[in-house]
Amino acid sequence: MKILVCCGNGLGSSFMIEMNIKKVLAELGVEATVDHCDLASASGSKADIYVGTRDIATQLTSLGGKVVSLNNMIDKQELKEKIGAALVD
Amino acid sequence: MLKFILDILSVPAILVGLISMIGLIALKKNSADIIKGTIKTILGFLILGGGAGIVVGALSSFGAMFQHGFNINGVVPHNEAIVAMALKTYGTQTALIMAFGMVVNILIARFTPLKYIFLTGHHTLYMACMIASILVIGGMQGASLVIVGSIILGFIMALFPAIAQPTMRRITGTDDVAFGHFSTIGYVFSAWIGSLVGDKAKTTEDINFPQGLSFLRDSSLAVSLVMLVLYFIVAIASGPAYVEKELSGGQHFIVFSIIQAITFAGGVYIILAGVRLVLAEIVPAFSGIATNLVPDAKPAIDCPVVYPYAPNAVLIGFLSSFVGGVVGMIVLLMLDKSIPGLPIILPGVVPHFFCGATAGVFGNATGGLRGSIAGAFAQGLLITFLPVLLMPVLGDLGFANTTFSDADFGVVGILLGNILQLFK
Repeated sequence: MKILVCCGNGLGSSFMIEMNIKKVLAELGVEATVDHCDLASASGSKADIYVGTRDIATQLTSLGGKVVSLNNMIDKQELKEKIGAALVD
Repeated sequence: MLKFILDILSVPAILVGLISMIGLIALKKNSADIIKGTIKTILGFLILGGGAGIVVGALSSFGAMFQHGFNINGVVPHNEAIVAMALKTYGTQTALIMAFGMVVNILIARFTPLKYIFLTGHHTLYMACMIASILVIGGMQGASLVIVGSIILGFIMALFPAIAQPTMRRITGTDDVAFGHFSTIGYVFSAWIGSLVGDKAKTTEDINFPQGLSFLRDSSLAVSLVMLVLYFIVAIASGPAYVEKELSGGQHFIVFSIIQAITFAGGVYIILAGVRLVLAEIVPAFSGIATNLVPDAKPAIDCPVVYPYAPNAVLIGFLSSFVGGVVGMIVLLMLDKSIPGLPIILPGVVPHFFCGATAGVFGNATGGLRGSIAGAFAQGLLITFLPVLLMPVLGDLGFANTTFSDADFGVVGILLGNILQLFK
């Protein structure tokens, strides 16, 4: 299971979301690889779930994995619900 | 033995590796993770240096064409490009200031009311690099350089989020999260302009704004496209005869421009990959240690944290800031006639995208649609004029065809550089 978080430059905000996803996964008791990158690299990286904030998530839809679109990158509750849902189906 | 230790410590790549190793040990990671993390950090730093070489190559032909075509010095502000170049000379000082600056940030958050932990690691690195360069150029060295640099860095890491916080509360509706991106002065300026001219009830999010430009969020693509336009302009201005004789070795000047423009974007891409590896262990360690020592700290997060609150303002801000950058460049071109030698700051796409977009969101929070347009435009002017004053205090780095782009680098650098001049 691989989760890839994307943002424009792949430096700051995707990295923050990645750290939060790792906390959420620990709470859910799920093992997965989590990584972050910029949009250009995302198209060449295979992942099961792509995560981005809602302003860029539309650009992740053609990559072949499930897409989690976040309304708020700091809301851990939203992250937990959406990542949880994406892991189930 | 002593020489061996000193040699190791004076290699910046190994030094950042050691910093990340200390962080991993502090987080009680197992030995496999410690070795993996340390080596990846060193790898990142070396990759970054490789990217610098590519960027310098592409920029030097750009600079030559600009000089030949317009007879003036053209500068494309781009943090990654200037930092990668500066690290070749000031890598050791940068690594030490970055490490101790993060310690100072934690101390300030622990013992003063400035409860902000600055988590945007790449900006910590870039700011450490600029402070290191300016202090060395200003005549400082040794322990005093590291101490002064770390205190300045740690202090601004806690101070700038505090300056942005009143507007952040309006944008996010909470006080739990803070804003950490070193163009704060530009954003607060935009929010202030917005409050003067706008009406926050008439928000950007009520209009139906075409989202077609959102592909520019892909920064490698955006850099390639804008650099293509800039290279075409300078190549045509300097003429095919010059380009093909002096620079391209006979290759058609348009083909040469296409390749050089995308090569620049490629160099930046490599630098970003290096920065990502350098920070991969250091930021979680910093964040983990800070949360343990300062439980009530507010994390200050990179600028896209505000984008989902106003996606229309993001695109409006980018466009408006870019227009500000073009207007600012025209003003500089006119001033250049009376002040010879003035560098011409071209609108760099990355600063106008990220800073312009953020300024758009800040302006929208205080002044709605009108505030977003006017605030981001003013911010675009600001980040065009600040580098003009910054470049003279950067020594040899001031002669590169690129420089630090975001507002706080300009403000901190100009203040610091000119204060140091007083002691010379």
